[in-house]
Amino acid sequence: MIEVEHLCKTFTVSRRDAGIRQAVSALFRRETEKIRALDDVSFRIEPGEMVGYIGPNGAGKSSTIKVMSGILTPDSGVCRINGLVPWKQRKEHVRRIGVVFGQRSQLWWDIPVIDSFMLLKDIYRTPDAVFHKNLSQLTEMLSLQEILRTPARQLSLGQRMRCEIAASLLHEPAVLFLDEPTIGLDAASKLAVRDFICQLNREKGTTIILTTHDMQDIEALAGRIILIGKGKILMDGDIEDFRRQLSPVRTVTVSVRKFADMVLPDGVQLVQKQGETGGRMIFTTDTGKVAVPQLIGLLSEKLEMYDLSVENVSMDALVLSLYRKYQI
Amino acid sequence: MRLYFHYLSLHIRERMEYKKSFLLNLMGQFLGSFSAFLVIWFMFARFHSVKGFTFSQVLLSFSVVLMAFSLSECFFRGFDTFSTMIGNGEFDRILVRPRNTVFLVICSKLQLDRLSRMLQAAVMLGYALPRCGVEWTLPRIGVLVMMIGCGMAVFCCLFICGATLCFFTIESIEVINIFTDGAREFGAYPFAVYGKGILRLLTFVVPLACFQYWPMMWLIDPESPVFYAFCPIFSLLFIIPVSLLWKLGVKKYCSTGS
Amino acid sequence: MQRTYPQWRQYLTLFKIRFIAGLQYRAAALAGIMTQFAWGGMTVLLYRAFYLADPAAFPQSFEAMCSYIWIQQAFLAIFMVWGMDPEPFNLIKSGDIAYELCRPVSIYWMWFVKSSAIRLAKAVLRCMPLLIFALLLPEPYRLILPDAGRLLLFAVSVLLALVNIVAFTLLIYISTFYTLDSTGLRSLLSTLAEFLSGGLIPLPFFPDSLQRVLALLPFAGMENTPLQLYNGTLTGSQAAFGIGMQLLWAAVMIGTGVVWMRCALKNVVAQGG
Repeated sequence: MIEVEHLCKTFTVSRRDAGIRQAVSALFRRETEKIRALDDVSFRIEPGEMVGYIGPNGAGKSSTIKVMSGILTPDSGVCRINGLVPWKQRKEHVRRIGVVFGQRSQLWWDIPVIDSFMLLKDIYRTPDAVFHKNLSQLTEMLSLQEILRTPARQLSLGQRMRCEIAASLLHEPAVLFLDEPTIGLDAASKLAVRDFICQLNREKGTTIILTTHDMQDIEALAGRIILIGKGKILMDGDIEDFRRQLSPVRTVTVSVRKFADMVLPDGVQLVQKQGETGGRMIFTTDTGKVAVPQLIGLLSEKLEMYDLSVENVSMDALVLSLYRKYQI
Repeated sequence: MRLYFHYLSLHIRERMEYKKSFLLNLMGQFLGSFSAFLVIWFMFARFHSVKGFTFSQVLLSFSVVLMAFSLSECFFRGFDTFSTMIGNGEFDRILVRPRNTVFLVICSKLQLDRLSRMLQAAVMLGYALPRCGVEWTLPRIGVLVMMIGCGMAVFCCLFICGATLCFFTIESIEVINIFTDGAREFGAYPFAVYGKGILRLLTFVVPLACFQYWPMMWLIDPESPVFYAFCPIFSLLFIIPVSLLWKLGVKKYCSTGS
Repeated sequence: MQRTYPQWRQYLTLFKIRFIAGLQYRAAALAGIMTQFAWGGMTVLLYRAFYLADPAAFPQSFEAMCSYIWIQQAFLAIFMVWGMDPEPFNLIKSGDIAYELCRPVSIYWMWFVKSSAIRLAKAVLRCMPLLIFALLLPEPYRLILPDAGRLLLFAVSVLLALVNIVAFTLLIYISTFYTLDSTGLRSLLSTLAEFLSGGLIPLPFFPDSLQRVLALLPFAGMENTPLQLYNGTLTGSQAAFGIGMQLLWAAVMIGTGVVWMRCALKNVVAQGG
């Protein structure tokens, strides 16, 4: 179980304007600014949960991950993971967690992947039996058979990420932190990684905390979302909750042979019109006032349509609107 | 210890992936210290002695320093690239491993290329030993071994010291180089050459002379007091402030992040 | 509308950016100055010991030697061949060189400008405190201030030395296209250059027969020539010869570099990587 209570962390950064004169004067005097990376962050995660931790760049995502993985000591606040305080009992704590940094590699560049794995076995003092059991399971689940003997430098990004994830799980951690695990991957690799994560969570009950900018990741993986912005927790709940609460708006796109003027009911807006006399028209409707079928009925009376599509608001737009709502 | 050898074997295999570069590197390293030797040679061809020390005696001090330096460098040079480890987040990775941080940094980089330096130090030592006017008895050999061993410890401490600075500033600070690379270069000559002030500094503040000049005086001059021979042990005290500094640095890193 | 954008403007901007970036590192600069001051001081003390051992064997005046050491330390950032910008190596090794190929500037000159800006920025930032310290030292350890003519000659020669060194390091960069991992070659060549250019001991301390050969190699012009011009050891026809050699080798190394870079890039394109 992960308990985080009232976590605070402040960083000091220096700033300077462009230009040679400013660069020279900064040699003698430097302006600094305090940034609250974490501002009273609290949440609880139960064992076996899968949580998406999202927020814009610089919101405090990776600071939180760093605190939880024992790299960073917060200014104040409590964090207990399986009863251990990460920055105080670092060694015992990190033995029980796995961390994947999507943008960095823990594999040795020039030697076969399996050798990196063997080294990790020694680092974590994993017993032979456990290691081999995990290795064969992971090899199968992530289909690594072909690539274990290849040096990391010759792997594609997707293959490498699968190896990275395997490397973080060889010592059977109860908690896995994934920091942007799908960054830069192609669609197929993303799917493979997502499937694996789901399977891991389902079969082994590993608690998973995932940060990402990829909304499809969140939709596919996380049952629960924690949104952080400017160091504060803005929302914590279920994806469906998010959708309902935030965005009752749907987008309806129609293609018509000929535009016609009409009076739109309250709650419906014509957002865009493409083409001269005929073409695409994009409407949004607040489903609280005008339901989608109602709008379609209305439109088909007035317009000669040959195509129509309704879009659920995407996670991207959802997050954007959240950002706007909280002004981050 | 087993883990250390595991790391060692991986490093060797990794280097062997680029054999040509490895060989060139060996040659480069060798040329580096060999040119230092040539400089001494050229200087002595012109001046014959300096502060009463002969060519062989200078070579003795050079080889002791070079040997101690290259031994510690082979193992502890991971600390030399420490600023990049902090910059690219490799140190974060080390912090999420359930092992001692100093140990993992040592393992992260082993500089096998530096073996050439060690080889050269051995050759010079072989040349200087019979010619420096010392009658080699068992206690004298013991002191020589102690000089090299304690010298290695002092250099290790200096490398860690330099790395620790990276915790306090993100900029790469080369000030410690004066005591590591500088000691290698200037330690070629017995430190008394540089005058009394420098000698005192290098005895009591940074104990470089403790494993070089003082015990060497005992070796070449039978009249000198016997405690000179035990100076190398005194230099080991240096380990205490350095390990404290490292702990402080890691703590600071954990409270500020990168 | 066709507007001619002068080519040199791009290089100037690039130069300016690198220069400012170099100025940012305050603590590093301070530490560097201290290190170099200590290093210079130790060197002076060492030469004093040799001077006291046999003043007659000293190949140049002790005062000139001290000036050599201080100027060398003050402008070390220019002279140290091994202090190379690591970026081109990484670009080539990682294949990100593709980005650079997309830019409408010559890679050779871009790297040339960048390398020289880095070296110059470091040197400008560090030289002043060191020079002032060295000027204030007591006789005979202090830095001598030569007349305007010699200063001018020194300035010209130091810039030529910069050109020589950067052209030399560019050859090492280009060789990376063929070897991929160039740390070995880099350490080998930079050590060699440092030794033969007078980085460890001034060339007059070499045995006489070697000195004659060294004067003809490109390395003398990278460090020894400007420094000996400054302290007045090289004068008259020797000075003219020194600067002439600098010009000659600059032309040869730049020419080789430009042509070689063209071949190397063709090779890269052919490989598709």
